[in-house]
Order: sequence, then structure tokens, then C-alpha cells
Amino acid sequence: MDRLTEYLFPKQVSTFAADIDNLFYFIFYSSIVLFAIVVFGMLYLAIKYRFKKGDDIRLTSSKDHNNILESLFFIVPLILVSITFVWGIRSYLKMIIVPDDAIEIKVTGQSWFWTFDYPDGGTTLNEFVVPSNQPIKIILSSKDVLHSFFIPVMRSKMDCLPNRYNIMWFEAQQEGVYDIFCAEYCGTGHSQMGAKVVVMKPAQYEAWVAELGSDDENIPLDELGAKLYTKKACNTCHTLDGSALVGPSYLQTSQMWGQERVFDDGTSAVIDNNYIRSSILEPQSQIVAGYQGVMPTYQGLLNDRELDALIAFLKSLEKDSQI
Amino acid sequence: MIENQKNYLTYPKGIMSWLLTLDHKRIGLMYLFGGLAFFFLGGLLALGMRLELAAPGNDFMSNDTYNNVYTLHGAIMVFLFIIPAIPGALGNILLPLMLGAKDVAFPRLNLASFYLYTLGALFTIYTIIAGGVDTGWTFYTPYSTTSTSNVIPMTMGIFIIGFSSILTGLNFIATIHKMRIPGLTWYKLPLFVWALYGTSLVQITATPVIAITMVLLILERLLGIGIFDPALGGDPVLYQHFFWFYSHPAVYIMILPAFGIVSEIIPVHSRKKIWGYKFIAFSTLSIAFIGFLVWGHHMFTSGQSVFSQIVFSFITYFVGIPTGVKIFSWILTMYRGQVSFTPPMLYALSFLFLFTIGGLTGIFLGAVALDIHLHDTYFVVAHFHYVMQGGTIVAFLGGLHHWWPKSMGTMYNQTVANICCLGVFLGFNGTFFPQFLLGLRGMPRRYATYDPQYADLHNYSSFWSAILGLSIFIAIMNLLWSLRKNNKLDPGTNPWGAMTLEWTHTTSPPHPHNFEEEPVLEHGPYDYDKVIVEPTFKK
Repeated sequence: MDRLTEYLFPKQVSTFAADIDNLFYFIFYSSIVLFAIVVFGMLYLAIKYRFKKGDDIRLTSSKDHNNILESLFFIVPLILVSITFVWGIRSYLKMIIVPDDAIEIKVTGQSWFWTFDYPDGGTTLNEFVVPSNQPIKIILSSKDVLHSFFIPVMRSKMDCLPNRYNIMWFEAQQEGVYDIFCAEYCGTGHSQMGAKVVVMKPAQYEAWVAELGSDDENIPLDELGAKLYTKKACNTCHTLDGSALVGPSYLQTSQMWGQERVFDDGTSAVIDNNYIRSSILEPQSQIVAGYQGVMPTYQGLLNDRELDALIAFLKSLEKDSQI
Repeated sequence: MIENQKNYLTYPKGIMSWLLTLDHKRIGLMYLFGGLAFFFLGGLLALGMRLELAAPGNDFMSNDTYNNVYTLHGAIMVFLFIIPAIPGALGNILLPLMLGAKDVAFPRLNLASFYLYTLGALFTIYTIIAGGVDTGWTFYTPYSTTSTSNVIPMTMGIFIIGFSSILTGLNFIATIHKMRIPGLTWYKLPLFVWALYGTSLVQITATPVIAITMVLLILERLLGIGIFDPALGGDPVLYQHFFWFYSHPAVYIMILPAFGIVSEIIPVHSRKKIWGYKFIAFSTLSIAFIGFLVWGHHMFTSGQSVFSQIVFSFITYFVGIPTGVKIFSWILTMYRGQVSFTPPMLYALSFLFLFTIGGLTGIFLGAVALDIHLHDTYFVVAHFHYVMQGGTIVAFLGGLHHWWPKSMGTMYNQTVANICCLGVFLGFNGTFFPQFLLGLRGMPRRYATYDPQYADLHNYSSFWSAILGLSIFIAIMNLLWSLRKNNKLDPGTNPWGAMTLEWTHTTSPPHPHNFEEEPVLEHGPYDYDKVIVEPTFKK
């Protein structure tokens, strides 16, 4: 059963995951029995009563009902679906009744990335850090169209609406880094709208939260840029090693500094500070030829110093690669 | 006997005699070929999607292209093929014949429905030429109110086709009530007629809701009336309620006629009285009724109230019970019969296998706690393809093979047909079974690119989809190839020894007025225990 679960499902990380998988197995094995009855019954009757060469066409049996059998058709499925229904609701109640001691984290979906707001200040993009063995209450909303916040290892999912808050919760039992997907279609970048949930030991989480809120004022620009590169989830689409992902690599852009870049509408521009700034704040205005316009705007998510920091970091890459 | 050689295909002649025909059989054929053309187009789009999904990255198309392709695939298959094709084609051709009537109750209305369908189809073709639409066939707001693609032409097309559905439903209900020959009481009707009756009831009651929803969506885009768009004070979840209030019953518009076809094929090719006639007839009506009360199970993750979740989950299971009764009845029909493995019978048996999987996987999705994990994943994609393609389309292909000699007066190559049926069966399972596993592992639907952990199963699915596509294509070509010159059957042909009126009382293909004289009912539709009807198969 464990090996089957490993094959069929993602890891069971949330407290209710095992219960949901067991509900799956109950329906699964009942279905296999019913399905076997249908298929073997069908094949048995079809083959046993097949019309053989040389058979005469004759009047066949007038048998068309059997009260005991027909009662069974009603009663057996009725019992099975009743168990399924009750189990489905009981497990569902566990999934929606949030424990009182839960940490509350605000999750916002926006085309096409996720923002996480932590209770003591601090925001991350596309990286959802939570402590293990601690209930997490998630308040969901969307800034534009519908999205759906889906964490397969937690067996949980909830739609993000632009006009209303939805709530979900989980308690992770195992540290690790797991997938988050957007499950409600939201346009061009829907399939890239992924994030990671990072489950840490509570002590580690405390340290991480403390650092999240810390002052970034006193570190050099390029070091701050390096931090922002992962913290603001630039790394999900842009590499540092020259290989193309969803967007062009930072290294490539850095190496082309001062040169012309061609866009998909045939126009071009010189790569300089202003170009980088506008492609972060208005990414849809100029789309590099060969790429898709899936990048969201970072307007309001980065202040001027942070923009300067990212530009400085990007510029520094070319120097580093020459060493 | 000269009268006998006159049939609806050849008399009267001329293109106008087809375009302005009031003959239900000709209208049915036009629906059939229109439907098949869109089936072909929708199938090509499906293969395009599988090609893109064979590997994780953007290998053949960009995200935007993929979004257009999957939207058009869904919209065309649902609104232009499955919903109109079976009632419009097989229903039109067969219903009056099965009732012993000369035509449907309102032949002009029938032609009008066909032209509404054509107009809706033109809007769809315009949508494609104008650059497509990228909202998904569900047109969820607020994406559909803000998308810059051609939402209005496509929804307009659906709005118009809705009227075609409503008028056909109305026509069929009137026909079934008023056009039966004397002695053909409700319990002597072929079960296909019961299925069409249930379908028609759903069509006339549910379709107005989608029509209104589409109009509201169009008005929202044109005038910003603020029904659905939260930026204007509307509610996007309201749209989902409206949409599924139609689209869940629409599932039964699509599957009930398939049930009807299977209820005809199995007794005829088993030469056996059908098991549990009344159970099958009334389960059709109860499915049609319960189908109206379960739309909320499409919205288990939308944030509707806990009470609604419980109620919708509860009622959903009541669709399962009558459906199960039908499946067991079809199987038991073969008991002590004489089963021939003809192409229609093989399709019917494939239907039983595939539809049972489709139905049982619905039980997984009806359990709220489990649905929250599976919602909007490939598990759902696999489930509805097992119902819609494994169920409806496989039954449709079976029906096409069953009634082809009747409606066209030719016989296809049965060996090729059997091989294609096997190809469809294997190709279908190969394509869609892996998608259940993808869904369990958390692969969301409507993704143009995906995480490499899902690559193997996607690749496998894509490979088998080619076999599925090819098998369906050859199966249809095999039917069309039978229309070649000098391949006519004797007009008295009844190759399966069926005993419904369309086989026993008229020629193949039928007379332009269906019957030369009003038929006299001699036996029930499945009286294989009382009368012997010899199969006749002559060139």
C-alpha cells in the first residue's frame, strides 16, 4: 500500500493527507470490485451466449427481470455511496475547521505570480515559507482574474477570487520544498504560475522570519540585488548561467550591456539602466524576440533602491563571468 | 416495386431539394455531415494539444496558441459536435421512423433548427479565422470579460446554437407525444425514443439558462453592466452558478442519447429481449431530473458554503444509482441470447467498459474531501473524456455503424470496422488512463508546459492519442468508402435482424415519405422471445 501510495500520489505532508488518500483507496477498491463484476459479467455472458457458426436463429428467453438481483443493484451501490458520502464530508470538515493557534498568512494571486504576506511584516514572492508541525491559516484573494492555490502534497486547493476572501489551512508534518500550482486557468502565463512551499523546522522559521523583516539599507547594492533575485522570484524565469528559461538569462543581458536588443515587434533598444528599469516595471511594453510576454509588472513591489540593486546585480554578472 | 426503388437519398434531386428539404432524414444527414466536419476539426485540435504536451516545454506552440487550441477543442466538441450531433443526426433520422410517422411534428421548425445550427457554426468559423478565443470553453469571468480574444463571436455562436437545441427538443417532444401510430403505447416505444424524450426535456428547460448567461456575458463586455466583473460590482462566482446550471444538465443532453443507442444495439445484436425495460426508461427520466440538482459539484473549491457543499455532494450520488441500474440491465440483456460480435456490438461493449470507468471515477470526484485535491487536475480531464468520448462518442460510432445500412443503403467493410473499434478502444485507454495518474499526482489542467516529473505519462498519453485519432479517422473513412458506386444493398436489407419499425416496415434507405402505407404494429421493439426476424443481407 505504501509503495502504491508513493506511485499514485505526491508525498503526504499535511495532517489530513493520509485520511484523504485512505478515502481514495476505499472508493478505489470498491470500484475495482464493481468494475470487475461489470467486465467479467459482460465478457462471460457475451462469450457464453455467442452466436456460433451453424447455429439456428431461434426464439430466445423471455427473461427480463429478477427481483433479488435488481434489489441488489440498488442496495449495494447505495451502501457504498453512502459510506463515501459520509467519509467525504467528515474529512472535508477536518479540512475547513481551522485550529485556533494557526499562524495567519495572506496569499494573493496575480497574473502570474503569488505574493505571501507574513504576520510580522515582510513579503515573499513565489516562495511560501512555513514552519512544520504548526497549523497555517491561509487567507486567499486575487488582484485580477480567478486563480486557484493548489499544494498537491497538502491535498488542498482553494480558488482565489478578486472580490472575496477564501480560507484554507494545513499543518505540514515533514520539512522540505514542495510544488505549488495555479489550478484555475488565468491566461497566457497560467502554466508558469508555480511557486514553492518551503517547510522549515520552527526554530529555523523563526530565524528566517527575523531576517525577512531586517533592514536592507546598509548592504551594498549588488549584494542586495543578489538577495532580491531569489526573494522576488526573478530566478523562476531568469537564470544566471546564460541558459534561457521562460525569460532571457540575466547573464546574457549583462553580456549584451550597451548593445541593441531586438523585440518581437521588430523594434529594438539599447540595453542600459533605463531599459532594465522599464522591463521590470512595464514588462509587456517590450518583449524580447523569441520569448513570450508572460512577465507580470513589479510596479509597487520594488522601491527605487531595490530597482537600483537589481540593475547593479545584473551588471555585476558579466564581470564575474570573466574572472 | 418501382415505388420501392425511390428513396429519400435520390428523390427529389437537385441541390435546392436538399437545402430546402423538410424531410427529417435529409435534415438528419446534413446534421451528421456538419457534425462530422466539426468532429474532424475538434479532433485535429486535440492532436495538436497532445503534440505540444508530448514534452514538458513550449515545443510546438506558445502558451497563447495552446490556450486558443484547447479552448476551441472544447467549445467545438461540446457545442458543435456532441450536443447537436446525436439528437440532430441520429435522432432526426430515426425518431419518426421508429414511431411509424411520416415526419417530425413540425418539419419547417426542424429545418429552421438546422439553419440556426449552421449560423452558429459560421460564428465559430469566424472566431477561428479572426484569431481564436483563449478563455476555455467554460468562459469563466472575469477572465472572459477582460480577455482581448474573440469572446463575443464564440459566445454568440453558442447562444444561437442554443436555440437550435431548444427547437429540436420542442419538436421531438411534440413528435413523441402526437405522432405515434395506433397501438404504439409508451411502453412499446424503442428505448432510443425514451432517451430522446429525456434529452429533449433537458434541452428545453436548461438551454435558456446558457442563452441568458451568454447574453449577459456579451452585454458585460460591450456595455460593462457589472453582473459578473467584480471591478464593476459583479460576482464571478455567480457566473459559475449560471454556467453549470446549464452545463451540468448538458452532460445528460450528451450522454442520454448514447444510453438510447446502446439500449437499441445490445438487444438487437444479442437477439434478446432487453432486460428491465421500465427500469431503463424511468432511470432516463430520473437522471434527467436529478441532473438539474447537482451543478454545485463543479464548484467545490470556489468557496461556496459548507452547507451547499454537503447538499451537492449528497445529490450527486443519486445520479450514480440509476446509471448503475442501466449498466447492469444492458449486461444482463445478453443472458440466454444469441450474441453476434458485429461492429455495432463491439462498440456497445466498449461503451460498457469505458463508460463504467467514467461513471465510477465520478464517485471519486463527488466526495468533497477528495475532489478538493482532484479538482482542476488531469483526473477531471480523464473522467469527462471517459464519459464524453468513451461513453457518448463510442456509442455514437456504434449507432452510426448500426444504422448506416438503414440510412445509406450500403454496407461498410465489417472487418475493417471491427479493427478500428479495437483501435479506438486501445487508443482511448492509452490516451486517457495515464491522465488519471497525472491528476492524482497533482498535474493541473490547461497547462501548455509542465513540470518534467509528469513527462513520462504525458508522453505515453500523446503516443496513444495518435492511434486513437487514426482509428476514428479510418472508421469514418470506411463508412464513407461504402458509398462508392455499385455498392447498393437490396432495399429489403435488415442485416442485424432488428425488429423496430424502421427496419421491418420500410426500405433501406427509406422511402421519401418513410412508409408506403401507415405501418401496423405487430410486435414490441424487443420481442425476440415471440417473433423471429431473419437477418437479410443481400447486394
